[in-house]
Amino acid sequence: MAYAVPKEAYNGKVLNVKFGKAPNAVSIGGENAMPFLSFEGEIPNKPVIAFEIQDMPPDDWPDTVKNQFAGVSSDPVKWAQRCQNELKAQAIALRLISTHPDRENRSPQDAAKTVKDVLSAINIPLIILGSNNVEKDASVLVAAAEAAGGYNCIIGKAQEGNYKTIVAAALAHNHKIIAMSELDINLAKQLNILITQMGFNKENLITDPMCSALGYGLEYTYSVMERIRLAALLQNDATMQPPIAGDVGMYVWKIKEVSASESEAPLWGSLEERGIAWEALTAAAMLIAGTNLLIMRHPKAVETVQKVIKELV
Amino acid sequence: MLVIGEKISIIAKKVREAMMKRDPKPVQELAAAQWKAGAHFIDVNIGPAEEKGEDLMKWMAESIQEKVHLPLCLDTTNPSALEAGLKAHNNQWGRALINSTSNEPERFIMLELAAKYNAQVIGLTLGKGGLPADAEERCAIAAEIMGRALEYGVPLEDIYLDPLILQVCTMQDHAMHALKAVKMFQELNDPPMKTVVGLSNISNGVPKEMRSLIDRNYLALLIYEGLTAAIMNPLDKDLMDTLKTVEVFVGKTLYAHSYLET
Repeated sequence: MAYAVPKEAYNGKVLNVKFGKAPNAVSIGGENAMPFLSFEGEIPNKPVIAFEIQDMPPDDWPDTVKNQFAGVSSDPVKWAQRCQNELKAQAIALRLISTHPDRENRSPQDAAKTVKDVLSAINIPLIILGSNNVEKDASVLVAAAEAAGGYNCIIGKAQEGNYKTIVAAALAHNHKIIAMSELDINLAKQLNILITQMGFNKENLITDPMCSALGYGLEYTYSVMERIRLAALLQNDATMQPPIAGDVGMYVWKIKEVSASESEAPLWGSLEERGIAWEALTAAAMLIAGTNLLIMRHPKAVETVQKVIKELV
Repeated sequence: MLVIGEKISIIAKKVREAMMKRDPKPVQELAAAQWKAGAHFIDVNIGPAEEKGEDLMKWMAESIQEKVHLPLCLDTTNPSALEAGLKAHNNQWGRALINSTSNEPERFIMLELAAKYNAQVIGLTLGKGGLPADAEERCAIAAEIMGRALEYGVPLEDIYLDPLILQVCTMQDHAMHALKAVKMFQELNDPPMKTVVGLSNISNGVPKEMRSLIDRNYLALLIYEGLTAAIMNPLDKDLMDTLKTVEVFVGKTLYAHSYLET
């Protein structure tokens, strides 16, 4: 008897989310099989990587990644253009970090202007991220959603403490939403339910169960993401079917392994390679757990992960 | 677990009248309400249907599926009425389920129909010799039904074995026999055999206000034993909430505070 490959039968399907504007709109999700197991089902879209940029100079980034954007990183418009034109980014994630009360505490109006300036300088899809301050994001992301009206952006991150205002703004201006919970799968599900109970279409939702870097809790993120996918596909849990986002860069580029110098840690090898490898490895693990949208920083790490995707698809 | 909505039955006066008058509205409304409440199949029980059974079942299938996009569980002892229902069934919404074959020779034809129309079929573990005494006897009948299904060309994954639930108020021992049978049926094949019950049989004969309580507690035990499907009342919110809660315990549903609302 010929050998038959054992196959898992899935009942559910990840929702397909399309963001940005034609002709450069990007689709994520849509699969009815676990990541890269295309022999078991249909996987219509490859994972997408968005380059992270910020609305103020990235003084807190390690030199090895900061240097990659020397000359452009003091201006988000130039930074975005560099990612689009030279690095061939599929999408850009603009983090409005300057609005954080502990950073420059810039106003929602300032943030809205930055969003407008960036949007008018690029033609690829934009993800607009707040500073992860629950109260401030509620006002910043509302202003940003309005400024980005008509561009079909992804706005995030809506959390338990601020989702109502952010979701209302996304509804009013037709954007997608990233719903984030902190490594708590039951809360991730609950937040999705609460958001859809506001009348927000689940097909416009992306879930972020919170990322973590290799060596800093990656296995927890991995397990939560994998469980979300299994609920979506095997149990056909409609509340768990939005695509998954992994905000990799911000978690990787703050750990000691990517900044400790070669003289401090001679056994750890080249500092530059170490950082790139750390971001690429973390991102690759997220992909295998089920991430559809990665947010990353180092161009070499992005290039490496693109190669991984190409080989696995 | 699959919910087979039981409300469309000739036993209900409103349904019986609608059937006789061929008035689709009450039937469609009842089917739609069960769909909305979470049913995966709609049971269509037209009884023995000795007169104009073919026409009735065809009309029922078409009327219901015109409004409700679910497969039907066709429930009659009249084989030609059943065949008319299978012909009319819209497989776009899933494959029909025949209710039922058993070890009684006059019910063998249901397997023939299942094979002919690529339908699934309930195998009621009831034989020629009256009620099965215990779980073991139910399994012996199940094995005969399975063997016969294969002869007729019905794959075992299309069979739902039914242990025959009996009323607790007069046959108390059978509550445990049927539970044990649900567990044992699954061991008769790999992959495990599917199982189904007519849940409300358990509370037949008990005071009306106690029926829901008895149904839902028994359902919890059945789910724990691995039950695949139940013919039950999806409009009983307490019963549906019990189903959702037990599915959390057994890991079939991921917990969230609002799990009852999904």
